Amino acid sequence: MDDVIIGLEIHVQLNKLHSKMFCGCSTAYHDSEPNTHTCPICLGLPGSLPVLNRKAVESGIKVGLALNCTIEEETLFYRKNYYYPDLPKGFQISQYDFPLATKGHIMILGDDGAERDIRINRAHMEEDPGRLVHAGTIDKAKYTMVDYNRCGMPLLEVVTEPDLCSPKEARVFLDKLKSILEYLDVFDGSLEGSMRVDANISLRGGDRTEVKNISGFKGVEKALSYEITRQKNMQRRNIKVVQETRHFDEIRNITVSIRSKVGAHDYRYFPECDLVPMRIASWVPAIKAALPELPDSKRERFVKEYCLADDHAKSLTSEIKVANFYEAVAAKASAKLAAVWIADVLKGELNYRDLGIESFREEHMAEIVNMLEACKITEDGAVEIIRTLLDKKCGSPAEIVVSKGLGKAEDDAVQKAVREAVAENAAAVADYRAGSERSLNFIVGQVMKKTRGKADPGEVHKLVKAEVEKI
Amino acid sequence: MLAELREQLQAGSAEEYLCKLFEKIEKSKLNGFTTLARESAILEAREFDRSPGHGLLAGVPIAIKECISTKGIQTCCSSRILQGYIPPYNAHVVERLKAEGAIIMGKTNMDEFAMGSSTETSCFGPTKNPWDLRAVPGGSSGGSAAVVAGGEAPCALGSDTGGSVRCPASFCGIVGLKPTYGLVSRYGLVSYANSLEQIGPLTHTVEDTALLMQIMAGHDGRDTTSAKGKCDYLPIKEDAAGLKIGIPKEYFGEGVNKDVEKAVWDAIHTLESLGATWQEVSLPHTKHALAAYYVIAMSEASSNLARFDGLRYGLRVGEDKDWHTTFSEIRAKGFGPEVKRRILLGTYALSAGYYGRYYLKALKVRTLIKEDFLRAFKDVDLVAGPTMPIPAFKIGERINDPLSLYLADVFTVPINLAGVPAISVPCGFAGHLPVGLQLIGKHFDEATVLQAAQAFEAATPFHEKKPEVV
Repeated sequence: MDDVIIGLEIHVQLNKLHSKMFCGCSTAYHDSEPNTHTCPICLGLPGSLPVLNRKAVESGIKVGLALNCTIEEETLFYRKNYYYPDLPKGFQISQYDFPLATKGHIMILGDDGAERDIRINRAHMEEDPGRLVHAGTIDKAKYTMVDYNRCGMPLLEVVTEPDLCSPKEARVFLDKLKSILEYLDVFDGSLEGSMRVDANISLRGGDRTEVKNISGFKGVEKALSYEITRQKNMQRRNIKVVQETRHFDEIRNITVSIRSKVGAHDYRYFPECDLVPMRIASWVPAIKAALPELPDSKRERFVKEYCLADDHAKSLTSEIKVANFYEAVAAKASAKLAAVWIADVLKGELNYRDLGIESFREEHMAEIVNMLEACKITEDGAVEIIRTLLDKKCGSPAEIVVSKGLGKAEDDAVQKAVREAVAENAAAVADYRAGSERSLNFIVGQVMKKTRGKADPGEVHKLVKAEVEKI
Repeated sequence: MLAELREQLQAGSAEEYLCKLFEKIEKSKLNGFTTLARESAILEAREFDRSPGHGLLAGVPIAIKECISTKGIQTCCSSRILQGYIPPYNAHVVERLKAEGAIIMGKTNMDEFAMGSSTETSCFGPTKNPWDLRAVPGGSSGGSAAVVAGGEAPCALGSDTGGSVRCPASFCGIVGLKPTYGLVSRYGLVSYANSLEQIGPLTHTVEDTALLMQIMAGHDGRDTTSAKGKCDYLPIKEDAAGLKIGIPKEYFGEGVNKDVEKAVWDAIHTLESLGATWQEVSLPHTKHALAAYYVIAMSEASSNLARFDGLRYGLRVGEDKDWHTTFSEIRAKGFGPEVKRRILLGTYALSAGYYGRYYLKALKVRTLIKEDFLRAFKDVDLVAGPTMPIPAFKIGERINDPLSLYLADVFTVPINLAGVPAISVPCGFAGHLPVGLQLIGKHFDEATVLQAAQAFEAATPFHEKKPEVV
C-alpha cells in the first residue's frame, strides 16, 4: 500500500499532572459530577487571567526530547479564535509560531518488516476545551449539555509528517507514542478521551481529507481503512477527491463530510498577551538529564544485559509496566526463563482476560520461574498455576502446587514407575526391539499415568529407553 | 485629602459620611454611578464605627469602575450583554483596597467595554461633566472621574487602555494616573485590550493617588504580566528642583486648542520656576500612534469579547434556538454600535491575509514608539504635554463621528503603547472647563512622576477649584 499517505495529529492529555494548564483546578475529574472541577479561570469568567502551569511545560519538553525534537529557545502562546459552546473564552490558548518542540522522529516497525523513522513536524501545548453531552445522537438531540470539567486540561498536540503508509502503520506509530508517553510518566492512556487523533489521508497524486477527532487506536485503524477504500473507489470511478474535513462515525464505521475547504476556519491566531514569552532553553539540560530510559534503549539493554531474543526484549519493553515487572522478576529468578514466560505466556493470558500486568504479582512470577528451573513443576503445571492465580485471584504458587497436586514426581518415584511399566509391558518392549518407536511412547504413556502426569515426558522418554536397552 | 478624611472618620462616623454621599448621589444629575452597594457599604461603615480599623483607607468609601470585578456587585462594563452578571470573586485591586479598610460604595459608569473617551456609549446613558452638565466627562472612566469631581465619592478607580483614566481626569479637573504596564495586577479587570491597559486611581490630589498606588501596586501571581519589585510612593518628595523635563514638539501645534496649549505652557513655566529645566525632545513616531493603537486594541478586543455568548452568564434573549443562531442574536442585541464596530474591525485586522498588513505592522510601530520614549528619557527625567488636545466637548457632538473621537486620544495612546506611566493633573481652564497637564515618566518610575506632580500641585490652586454646577 505504498500509494497511501497518512499524517497524524495526536492530542495527548498530560493527565498525570495534578492541576490544569492555566489554573489550580484538579485534573482528577473523570468520576466527578459535571462542572465541579471549575473556577473563574477555566470557566473564562470576565476578568480572569491564565497562569501557566510550569509542570505542564516541563512535561511537554520531556515529550519533545523523547521524540528527538529540537526544543525552542523561547516559546510563546497564541490565541486560536473560534466560537463553540465548549470553549468558554471564545478562543483556545494554543501555540502557533515558536511551538515548544519541532523536527523530531521516532522509529517504528514498518509493514515491510524493516524499522523506519517517522518524522515529527512539531509538538505544541494547548488547553483542552470542555465536553458536550448531547441528549441523544448529535444530529437529533433536542438539547446539548456542557461539562467544563475537562476545560483547561493540559494537552500536547503531536503532529507527524505524512510518513505513514497504512492504517496498520498508523496503529503501530500510536502504540509506540503511547509507550513513550507512559515511559515518561506524563500520560495515563487508560482514562477516557486521553488521546484523540486527527488523521490526514490521501492517495498519491490526490487531494487529502482530514478525519477529525477519532478516539481509540482501533478507531484510527478503522477510520483510515474506510477512508482509503472510499478514496480508491472514487479514483476508480474517476471522481475527484476533494480536500475536506470528515467525521468518523464509530457506530456505522464510516466517515462523513463535515466541511469543505471553502468553509475552512480562519482561526485568527495572534499572541496571547496575558502570558509572557518563556525562555525555556535553560530548562532543557536538567530535564534531559532526568529523562528515563526509553523503550528503544531499554530493549537494547535487555538484549545485552539479559541475553534475550530481540522479539522477547521488544515484547517486554513495549509497556513500561511490563518492563518494570520483568526486571523485578529477573532480579529474583532466571532472567532468560522469566523473559520467555512473561513474554510468551503471562502476556497472552493477561490479554485473553483483558487484564494489565498489575493483576499479577512479581513474587509469584519469580516463584513460578524458580520452580520451573528447579524442575519442581512441569511447563503445563506452570501454565495451570498462572491461570489459577489470574482466575481465582488468591493463593500462592506453592499452595496451588499442593492443592492441585502439580508437584513434579520425585526421581525415585519416576524410576520406580519406569521399571514397573517396562516389566508390565513385555509385548511393547518386544515390539520396540523389533523396530517400532511408537511402542516406546506407549510405555512412556503408562509411566505418565502412574505418576499422574507429574513427571517430565521428555525425561521419562529417556529413562524408558535406557531401561529397555538394559534388558 | 484622603489621609485627613481617614482621620476625621476615626473621630466621627463613617456611616454618617457615607449616608451623606448616598443622599447627594440620589439627587445627582451626573449619572456617574451605575450600581450602589448601599446595603453592604452601610454595614461595613457601621462595623467601622463600632470598631475602627487601622488600614490605610479604614472607613474611606471608594467608587469602582464598572469593568473591575466586585464580588456580589454587578460588573457589566456598561453593556447590555453583561447585565445581571455578578462576579463570584473580587479583582486583585478590590481585595487590596478592602484589606486596607476601604468601603466599596458602588460601580461607576463608563463607555461600553471602555471603548470611548466620552462615556456616551454606556447602556446606562451618558454621564455628565460636573463642570458643565451639557459636556461629556471624558472617558472611558467618565463615571469615576465625574463622581470624584462632583464630590459624590472621595476617590475612585478607573482603567486606562488608551487614556481612559487621564482623559476624564483632565476633563473633570482631577488627578488620574495610568501606571506602568505590569505595576498593578489586572486580575479581575474585564479585558478590552489586555496588552495595553492598567487600573489607575482618580483622586483630588496627587498625594491621594500616591496613597492608592501604595495599596494597589505590587506583584500578584495571578497576573503573569505583573512585575516583581518594591513599590513605595509615600511620602512623596515635593520638589521639582533639578528635574529635567522634555517637551515633545509633536504634542503642540496643529489640532491643539489654544487655551489648552497656553495652560500647559504656563504649567511648564511653573515647574521651571520651581527649579526644573525643560528642553524640546522629539517623539517622531507620534503621528502613527493612533493607527497602531486602534489596530492593536481592536484586534485584542475582538478576541477578548468573544466569550460573551450569553451561554454561561449575562444577557439571554427570546427563545433558545440552535447554538449559532442563539449566540449571534445575543451578541447582536447585547453589544452597542461602537463595540460592534471595534469587534468587526479587529476581526478583520487579524484575518488571514491581513494579519501581517495590520496587526504585525502595528506591533512594529508600537516598538518604534517605545523606542521614541526610551531615547527621550536618555536626556530627560519626564516628558510633559497636554493630556487632551481639547477641553471637554458637548454630549452628542462627536458621537456620530468616531474618527474625530479617536483623534482626541492622540497624546494619551502613545503612553499605553510604550507601557510607561503618566499622570494628568489639573493645570488651568479653557473657558469654564478644566485642562490637564500630562507628565510622563520612565518605566516603573512613578515616584518621579508623582514628585513633579506634587510640586506642581503645591504651587498652584487648580486642584482646589470645585465645580459650582453641582
